[in-house]
Amino acid sequence: MAEIVLDGVSKRYPDGTTAVHDINLTIADREFVILVGPSGCGKSTTLNMIAGLEEISSGELRIDGERVNERAPRDRDIAMVFQSYALYPHMTVRENMAFPLTLAKLPKPEVAAKVGHAAQLLDLTALLDRKPANLSGGQRQRVAMGRAIVRDPKAFLMDEPLSNLDAKLRVQMRTSIARLQKRLGTTTVYVTHDQTEAMTLGDRIVIMYSGVVQQVGPPEELYDRPANLFVAGFIGSPSMNLLPAQVRDDGLHTIIGVIPHRSRGLPPEVVAGIRPEAFQDTRIRGGASFTDTVDILESMGAEKIAYFTFETGETGESGGTAFGDGAQVVARLDPKSRAREGEPATLWYDPAAVHIFDPDSGVNLTA
Amino acid sequence: MTAERDLGERRLALWLCAPATLIMIAVTGWPILYSFLLSLRRADLRFPADQEWIGLANYATVLGNPYWWTAFGVTALVTVVSVAIELVLGMLVALVTFRTIVGRGVVRTVVLVPYGIVTVAAAYGWKYAWTPGTGWLAGLLPAGSAPLTEQAPAIAIIILAEVWKTTPFMALLLMTGLALVPEELLRAASMDGANRWQRFTKIVLPLMKPAILVALLFRTLDAFRIFDNIYVLTNGAQHTSSVSIIAYHNLIGGLNLGIGSTMSVLILISVAVIAFVFIRVFGAAAPG
Repeated sequence: MAEIVLDGVSKRYPDGTTAVHDINLTIADREFVILVGPSGCGKSTTLNMIAGLEEISSGELRIDGERVNERAPRDRDIAMVFQSYALYPHMTVRENMAFPLTLAKLPKPEVAAKVGHAAQLLDLTALLDRKPANLSGGQRQRVAMGRAIVRDPKAFLMDEPLSNLDAKLRVQMRTSIARLQKRLGTTTVYVTHDQTEAMTLGDRIVIMYSGVVQQVGPPEELYDRPANLFVAGFIGSPSMNLLPAQVRDDGLHTIIGVIPHRSRGLPPEVVAGIRPEAFQDTRIRGGASFTDTVDILESMGAEKIAYFTFETGETGESGGTAFGDGAQVVARLDPKSRAREGEPATLWYDPAAVHIFDPDSGVNLTA
Repeated sequence: MTAERDLGERRLALWLCAPATLIMIAVTGWPILYSFLLSLRRADLRFPADQEWIGLANYATVLGNPYWWTAFGVTALVTVVSVAIELVLGMLVALVTFRTIVGRGVVRTVVLVPYGIVTVAAAYGWKYAWTPGTGWLAGLLPAGSAPLTEQAPAIAIIILAEVWKTTPFMALLLMTGLALVPEELLRAASMDGANRWQRFTKIVLPLMKPAILVALLFRTLDAFRIFDNIYVLTNGAQHTSSVSIIAYHNLIGGLNLGIGSTMSVLILISVAVIAFVFIRVFGAAAPG
């Protein structure tokens, strides 16, 4: 169990590129923190720096108050689960799990007991004498977990541990990992590119983009109060509708009409963000609405996803910006919705639920 | 319909293989068979009239002869010692060049130079180097010593020449084995607490085992048939003959086709035994 502190940690490569820029993060003891972001955002580099697999260019990394920048991975007492599982193919499941313990020169009976206990916890007892080649993907994943937990390390680092599993197993393993972490109470840093995984697993989420931390907070906070356009677009599925808007006296002019909003203090052009689930096809008292033809309707069972396509150029110059396809609006509707594909529908939303972003800096002006 | 086509395709396949098969039989199968037949005959070209089938008498002659056994011992010694040294050096070279980041291509090329030099030319280089009076290496020795004229130093020089020449080949084979060890396993091992040496012995070596065995097999078979280095350096003098050298001397120098062929067949059998041991006992994947 340990507290991990990243104090102004950066990673620069000799060729001058900066992979991670000035991360300040305190991971509390027993906390489950997720590093999430698109590929190349620096999340794995950050994890590798915590592990000691990559050198820290500047800043300080402290585990339990001690500076560990210069310590080799094996002296940091941290276990890691790799995306490829990195099981040793020439060893059985038992030998794989016992490997860190035998290296630590623990007495044999103790090794056997610890491996046995971990195997039981992960339902691997029947597989102990198999080689990794004879295991399924999910079983391999569990062995990798087992190898990490036998040591009872200060912290777990997980680098996309579920991304090689099929969708169903991924969901299943996701809950297993959450349960296991709660049970063991070990500080865990988990890297993923999947925002659903991030939202469901973490106590706190660190969103990264091109080497810079965008926002840190519990899942609800990131969802309710995204700090900027990137976070707004990244968290939530389907992602937030980001509509270029011109600020006039009567409100924000967008492709879905005028969003009532006080315009004081806003720049002349903004981006209005509305979550798909903010729309509904029943009237909201005091709400705003738009009417358009449903382009495509996906019935998901528990919900219906409606897509509307608007002619670009309706709002003039800012249609279709880099912040997303300005011409399309997605709404997540109740399964009982009467919306039909190819027929017009009127959707209502609460103007208070609209996020307003500065188009240049991306900063959320309403948060 | 399909069965008919299958048969047609199979027949075509046989026809396509036939020329290669025939050539192989002509250039390897027939010489092997012919030398085996010769080994069963008294066939000394100095007495062409006195030729006859003598069964295994040639084998008894060769196997009862101390010169054969000395040569066999020298060959075995050179093989074992040089392959062992090559394995260690080759592994070091492979590890260094594999980890080289700057100028990897140049480093690899430089390392391969000895292997690119014609063996006979390199052997003459070593011979001159150890020749008293003119050689730069002989000059380092106490005055009056002539290492190539004594058995032990001469064998040591033969081994040195072999090692210098073929370590790059060993390194090349081992490097392909190193490339097969996933980087992530080494990272996992260092997370699990393994130091550099433990990562090498517990992860790299076991995973490289097939490549190591193939490299050892190749080199052992090659080393056992050593000829050119010895031919140039000592020509087998002072009991430094390998089995190939005495086979050559009997066959070409002594014109004794029967005895020479017998030795060739014995060498073939030895090589086959070595290959069998490697593949069966150590489980090396069959080369090729």
